Parts: sequence; C-alpha cells; structure tokens
Amino acid sequence: MALDGFPPSEARAASAIPAASGVPIPPTPCTIDRAGLGSLITRLREGGYRTLGPTVADGAIVLGEIDSIADLPQGWHDTQGPGTYRLTSGEDGELFGWAVGPQSAKRELWPPRSVVWRAAGGGGDPAPIGASEGPKAPIALVGVRPCEVAAIGILDGVLGRSPVPDPDFVAARRDLFVCTVECGRPSASCFCESMGSGPSAESGFDLALTEIRDADGERFLVRAGSERGAAVLAGIRTLPAEERDLKAREAVVAGARAGLVRRVDTASLPHLLERNLENPRWSEVAARCLSCGNCTQVCPTCFCVSIEDVTDVTTGIERHRRWASCFEVGHSYLHGGAVRPSTRARYRQWLTHKLGTWFEQFGTSGCVGCGRCLTWCPVGIDLTEEVAALRASDVGNPVPAGERGV
Amino acid sequence: MVLAVEAGPRTRHPLTPLLYRLAGKRRETEDTVTLTLEPAGEPIPLARPGQFNMLTALGVGEVAISISNDPAVGEPLEHTVRAVGAVSRALCQTAPGQVVGVRGPFGTAWGVRELLHSDVLVVAGGIGLAPLRGAVRALLERSPAHRPRPQLAVVVGARTPEQLLFEEEVLNWQHSGAHVLLTVDTARPGWAGPVGVVTDLLGQVPLDLTRSSALVCGPEIMIRFTARALVRQGMRPEAIRISLERNMQCGVGLCGHCQLGPWLICRDGPVFTYGERVESILGVRER
Ligand code: SF4
Ligand code: FES
Repeated sequence: MALDGFPPSEARAASAIPAASGVPIPPTPCTIDRAGLGSLITRLREGGYRTLGPTVADGAIVLGEIDSIADLPQGWHDTQGPGTYRLTSGEDGELFGWAVGPQSAKRELWPPRSVVWRAAGGGGDPAPIGASEGPKAPIALVGVRPCEVAAIGILDGVLGRSPVPDPDFVAARRDLFVCTVECGRPSASCFCESMGSGPSAESGFDLALTEIRDADGERFLVRAGSERGAAVLAGIRTLPAEERDLKAREAVVAGARAGLVRRVDTASLPHLLERNLENPRWSEVAARCLSCGNCTQVCPTCFCVSIEDVTDVTTGIERHRRWASCFEVGHSYLHGGAVRPSTRARYRQWLTHKLGTWFEQFGTSGCVGCGRCLTWCPVGIDLTEEVAALRASDVGNPVPAGERGV
Repeated sequence: MVLAVEAGPRTRHPLTPLLYRLAGKRRETEDTVTLTLEPAGEPIPLARPGQFNMLTALGVGEVAISISNDPAVGEPLEHTVRAVGAVSRALCQTAPGQVVGVRGPFGTAWGVRELLHSDVLVVAGGIGLAPLRGAVRALLERSPAHRPRPQLAVVVGARTPEQLLFEEEVLNWQHSGAHVLLTVDTARPGWAGPVGVVTDLLGQVPLDLTRSSALVCGPEIMIRFTARALVRQGMRPEAIRISLERNMQCGVGLCGHCQLGPWLICRDGPVFTYGERVESILGVRER
C-alpha cells in the first residue's frame, strides 16, 4: 500500500504475511466461497493480526473482533436517513448487506483517548510512551467500506504528513491491513459517489471483496491491491474469476450506484463556501443544531484532539490526548474567551472546513460522503441539504470558469 | 506463521517536552512575568523571533507562548507570560530553580534577516510586544556599515502606563537609534505621553512608509486597523508582516485547534504576510 511521504521509521518493520514457501499465490481477480472467506479471516488471525470487522451490538453494526464468519452480521440490513438508524434482520444470509455503522477506522488509528507520555510526580523527566509503549498487535480491518478506505487516506494526509507526523498513527497505519467490501446496499444517507469515494473500491486497499449472490450462487470476487494482500490469498481455495463473475461485480456496483439517493454538487465548493460565510442560512441551521458534536465524533476524518495533563498521586503526571470537537465552546478558547462562541460560527467552521478549507490545508476534501453525520445527528441536520441551500441562496460573485471543479 | 513486527528504539512522542530550569524571573506588569529558561538536559533547536514554544507547567498543562528574545545571540531562552488561565498562572508562579517543560520552536518567524537593509516599522499592542522584542533587538544590531543606516521605528500601545511591557528597555531602544512612540488607552497622573490607539501615531512615524516594512503584533482588531492604515499611507501590503493567534494544543498540525480559515496557525503562521487574502479572512467575525 502506498504511503507516500511517510518518513522511514526504524521503530517498526512493516508487517507482512510472508508467502508460505511452496504455496503459490493465486492471481486476482479470483473468487472465493464462504469457506474461503472463513479461511481468509483465519489466515489473517494466524498471521498475527487483530482482526476487526462488522458485528452487531446494541442495535448497530460496530467494529468488533472477528474470529470467524459466525461473527459477521449475517442477514442484517440497516435503514438510515437524517437522524435515523435502524437495524433489521432478514433471512437472506447476506453478510455485508448494510452500509456503515457509527464507528470508523479512526477509532483504531487515532483512538478516542490515549496517553502520550507519563512522568513520575514531582517534576521528574517525562518518560516517553505512546509509540514506544511497545508494539501493539497490527490490525486487519475486514469488511470496511470504500468510503472508509478513502477516509483512511485522508487521515494519512493529516496525521501522517503533518510537520511532525504522529508516530502512534504512523505505526498503527503502516501495520494496518485493509480488506474492503464493496457496497451492494448503500443507505439513504450515503453520498459517496458525489465525493468520489464509492460505492466501488478503486485503490487504498490490500484486498477488495464484492459479495455476489446471483443465479450462479453465493461467492466473493477478490481483487488484491498490494503484495501483502495477494500473499494472504496463498493457501486459500480460490477460483480464477470468470467473465460472469466480473459482470456480476459490475451489477452489484451499478445497483448500489442506482440506489444512491443523496448527492452534493461539489463544483467550486470551496469558493461557494468562502463567499457565503455571512449567508443567513448559517443562522437557520444554528437554530436547530444542538452543538452536541455527534457529527464530529462519527465523522471518519474529524481528527481534532485536545491535549490534557492529568495528575494522580499514584500514577504521577500523564499527558492525555482525547477526541475533541469544534462544537465544544472551549475548542477555540483564547485569552479568556471563545473565538467562536455562537453555534452559528461553530457549525460554519465544521462545514466549511470539511468541504472547503480542508483542500487548502491538506490537498483533499475532508468529506467522503459516508453520511454518518446526518444519520447520527439527533435533529437530523443534513450536510447535503445545507450545501444545496447555500448554493440556492449564493450571495457571491460567480467564480471564473477556469476555477470551477476544485 | 509469525509476523515480523519488532519493538524498535523508544521514540519520543512529539508531544513530549524537554525539561528546562527556571534560571530567572522578572516581573513586567501586575500579571506578566518574563521567564529565563536554561535547558536541564537536551535543549530544543534554536528558536527565532516570531516563533513560539509550548510550555508545560508540569501537572497542570501546556500553553503556547512566543519567544520574547533572540536566542541566536547566545542568550538563554526567554518567554514573557501573562497569567490569564490555569497554565499561564502556574507558569508565572514557578519559582527559580524549578523545572518546566518546553517543546518547540514552532511556526514561522518574523524573518528579520530579510530586512537587513530596509527601514522597518514595528507596531505592538499590549502583550504583542513580547514576540517583537527579539526582532527589535536584532534590528538594532543591523550593521551600521551599511549607508544610509536603515531606520527603525517602534510604536507601542498599552491599556495603561502600568501595563507597558519592558518600559525601561523600550526607552533604551530610543538611545540605540530607534524612533520610539508610546501611547496608552487610559492615562494616569504622571503620564505625559499621548492617549489613544496605536493607529493615531502612525502619522508621526518618521519613515518613508512607501518603502518601509512593518512587523505588527497585538490584538487582532489592532492588527487589522494598523495594517489597513499602513496600506492607506502607501505601504505595500506584502511589506507588512503580522502575527496571528488561535488556540494551540500541539504546535505540529495534529490537534486541529489553531484553525483559521485555510490555515493552521501553528503550521502556516503565526507570522503571515499581509494582503487581500488576510484582510478578507480577518474580516469575518468569529472565524
Ligand atoms: S449538526 Fe447535529 S450532530 Fe452536529 S453538532 Fe449540530 S446537532 Fe449535533
Ligand atoms: S496547534 Fe495543533 S494543529 Fe496547530
């Protein structure tokens, strides 16, 4: 997997599953059956990966440890929309017949809370921990969606290519094995196609699967995106992909594309936002927004963290890093007051950063179109609707043709 | 099958400070002190005027503080801290000999070395003089061999006469050849100088502004009005450098707190070249 710009780190040797000698690596695309998928999970686990994938808990699809196929959410489907998430169980036996749950890879690569150093009390030398805590087991994510893969790429740009890349992130990221599953059933919250992140998987993965269920039966089309992805397939019973398998994959993706009901017109979006910072629409959305920060928590790319020092008589001093949100009033605290005291300014900051200024800061959009922010918003504020409303009430000058399509 | 994942050398997380000992402490105003810091072990790389460090009051927390001298001349690191929150209060209360944490230096500098031959106007409001002090000192040291000797003017504003920072030193700058103008928002008995905002004094600056450069630091509103006034008086926008501020929690582009429109202040600033873009970004309230 390409990790351009990452500094070479002696801290970790890149994890890879070496091809067992004498066992040939099958070329891809190929297909595997349900037993083959089970073997794939087993092989990742035996290779030393902590294997995380979709599981059902508390009425939602969440990331959990996957020991075998039995842990996958067989037959479960989600219904999503602004402020709505519902999981229902069916008899169809589909393993990946849902869109996305509230959690994302962010939770593993950039954890909600971590200790970056601790020191004995009384002003001793702060002992570095974090990256030096010792190697954590590398993680394999199985069944993440193409939009998730895109989100990981965005985090790479923010945390892996910042002036000083975060060593914990870099270590976890470099060891990460990504097995994505293309979408067959997007939810009504998804707008990945507008953001260019789905529903098909094009890059950024070690393995990409497509769940196929047609007249020829159930199977998974497998494509390798990296050498270590291909190496995992060694010893697994595969069949070379045939024309009908490739056609079937296209049908799955085309079906998903046809099922996408939500869109964002991204033409010149950064310019649109920049010239509409005083648009009255911000006050309208602020009247509904609770400033709860749910949207930033579930966003797979929102990376803001607060740094807090904690003193304890037993543990001494610890520096904690915890997820923060631009919706917290203290986020912009400066000299005794907040720079963005109003919800209007905080919502504007969030949306304009995600869809606009992120381009200048990190060279990409900050949004992948997963739809989590609208699904998990308690009052159902819909980012796509807000963008459309701003466009409809655009106060500014048109942008020269050459600058369109940023 | 075993994975080839090995423990490497222990790496220092970028959020880990180095330890410095408080070698000296000077009270500047009622709520502001200057801390002189000597490394207790490994030092940070050389800091340039305009840059900032993250200072840790151990067990309390960390805060961004600008460098208030020019360590390049061989002096120990100095930070001028105003007690406004828990961490800055703890830093101000640190006793000589005690240990604090330092990370840095971060951000862009004033770029004094690019100004060796130009006339320079320095405009400071309140604590904004702290990050400019090292720059003024460096500008005063510019080679007198260069003829005509480049001019330096310093305009300083404070809320009250008691809140003027480094007053003695500022008056000494006058003797070293700088034109110094002071003003306060509210006078007290005994204050003979002008009363008003720094922009009121710009007309009295004895420099040809059309071919001078400016370094400006203070409250954001003061920076905007000063920069605008200078442009109106003929200064080229790209000759004006300003220093901006936002909440900073990491200094290295990892925490997201220092957003200001298209910038991360810790990475792209704090020193920016003025221009239309800056003007329009600063023109939006609550940004
Ligand atoms: S947009 Fe919704 S989820 Fe986000 S802060 Fe406002 S109320 Fe909470
Ligand atoms: S201070 Fe953390 S990103 Fe700038």
